[in-house]
Amino acid sequence: MSPANSFSAAEMMIVAAARELAGQRVCFVGVGLPNIAVNLARCTVAPELELVYEAGVFGALPARLPLSIGDPTIVTGATAVTSMFELFGYYLQGGLIDVGFLGAAQIDRQANINTTVIGRYEAPKTRLPGSGGACEIAQNARSIFVIMRQSPRSFVERLDFRTSVGDRVSVVVTDLGIYHMVDGELRLDSIHPGVTLDRVRATMGWEPIVGDPLAETEPPGAEELRLIREELDPAGVYTT
Amino acid sequence: MRDAVAELVSDGDTVAIEGFTHLISFAAGHEIIRQRKRDLTLCRLTPDLIYDQMVAAGCARKLVFSWLGNPGVGSLHAVRRWSEGERPRLEMEEYSHFGMVCRYTAGAMQLPFFPLRSYAETDLPRANPLIRPIESPFAHETLYAVPPLAPDVTIVHAQRADAAGDTQVWGLLGCQKEAAFAASRVIVVVEDLVDESVIRADPNRTILPGLVVDAVVVEPFGAHPSYAQGYYDRDNAFYLEWDAISRDEKALQRWLDEWVLGLAGRHEYVEKMGSERMLGLRPTPAPSGSVDYGEYR
Repeated sequence: MSPANSFSAAEMMIVAAARELAGQRVCFVGVGLPNIAVNLARCTVAPELELVYEAGVFGALPARLPLSIGDPTIVTGATAVTSMFELFGYYLQGGLIDVGFLGAAQIDRQANINTTVIGRYEAPKTRLPGSGGACEIAQNARSIFVIMRQSPRSFVERLDFRTSVGDRVSVVVTDLGIYHMVDGELRLDSIHPGVTLDRVRATMGWEPIVGDPLAETEPPGAEELRLIREELDPAGVYTT
Repeated sequence: MRDAVAELVSDGDTVAIEGFTHLISFAAGHEIIRQRKRDLTLCRLTPDLIYDQMVAAGCARKLVFSWLGNPGVGSLHAVRRWSEGERPRLEMEEYSHFGMVCRYTAGAMQLPFFPLRSYAETDLPRANPLIRPIESPFAHETLYAVPPLAPDVTIVHAQRADAAGDTQVWGLLGCQKEAAFAASRVIVVVEDLVDESVIRADPNRTILPGLVVDAVVVEPFGAHPSYAQGYYDRDNAFYLEWDAISRDEKALQRWLDEWVLGLAGRHEYVEKMGSERMLGLRPTPAPSGSVDYGEYR
């Protein structure tokens, strides 16, 4: 575990995503980093946040870090457990979700997302999981947060497959920086401490629009790190 | 279980073993492997380890799904081996989660299609021509439609049912109700067989009436390594172990020999897993408050 004055890339991503949730109310959660980010936001900048899980839970209060999206801990103590038809039909397509979290294997400059295949669809080089709920979350939540690591393989000029549209993406948090959607294209607004603009440019397949001024992300605070390390992911499953 | 699968599942059938992370009938999947059923079209939102095992055992011709992975861990390696490269051996038909749920719903309601607001401007309709645009008859608006999915057999695991098949579930509900009402035949596998009076004391918890159920099978721990809310936890350690087992085709076939083909049924599997592992998955109790339905004479 890192000492309090240093932090991992995953911790920086969690903290950056959590801060972006200030003022939000209803959030569709994914497992892994989004789950920790959303729970951190609830302890800090967004105490009113309602956690919604695609498995059919509204108002979850997970008592432990769920490994899977359908862990029993999201059920016990929740406000409501619904069928998936109700969850996707009434809550998501019905327009009640403020923020949806998505991951991505590939993203392009318009924040369109691929989670289906690398290579040709008919004879894929790598078969990825596919849409799951992603394509409908991307289309129906009011805004979309993407959390992913960036590399030349993931930040690409052309997607191999468009699983989810980027129209509603508002923020992309990576291990190197923070992007916001401005006029339909991702703009690099902030780079994390210790990261250079050259390094960011070297890990993407297009020349990014860069915010002016380009900010340096404020590093995780002591309380944010304490919450992550002692309460949200004490075993360091996702954060070390 | 042997009789239910022998009587109700045939080669070439479209089979749905549903349950979203929760209540996945591994016991039924393993019996299908033991009986060497072939050419099945296997439907599930998330094929999960059970379909990885059934594909590796040679039961499947085709997968119909919306998210293909080992939840929280990574890939389904057997399915990937069968589906990647220039000559995939497994047919794939993919939707999104809501698309699959709507397909079962249309099947249950005997509708020719179900409309939803997904898929616009994505490559999914190109990858699967059964996802089609449809014009609203009431407004200038394009939606997408998916066709009904009516399995030959749907298999659901549940906490309890009575002998007539009246079935109750709590915790995540997934889309078992839709998948069962859509199916021609339904097998229910339960942790507990209860008296009809237990069902009647809490009718809001019933997801399926016996009317649509063809067989009830009692198999405690029948959903392991998936879970049953209030009975046992998800065996996350097994989901991690499967990643290593399934990466190697030989290790996977050895696992199937040892844990499926070499055993007579679920009771032997539970015995072999050992009471320490299985009882270690029991949660501490958190009973619901009870409600008063009232007596009206």
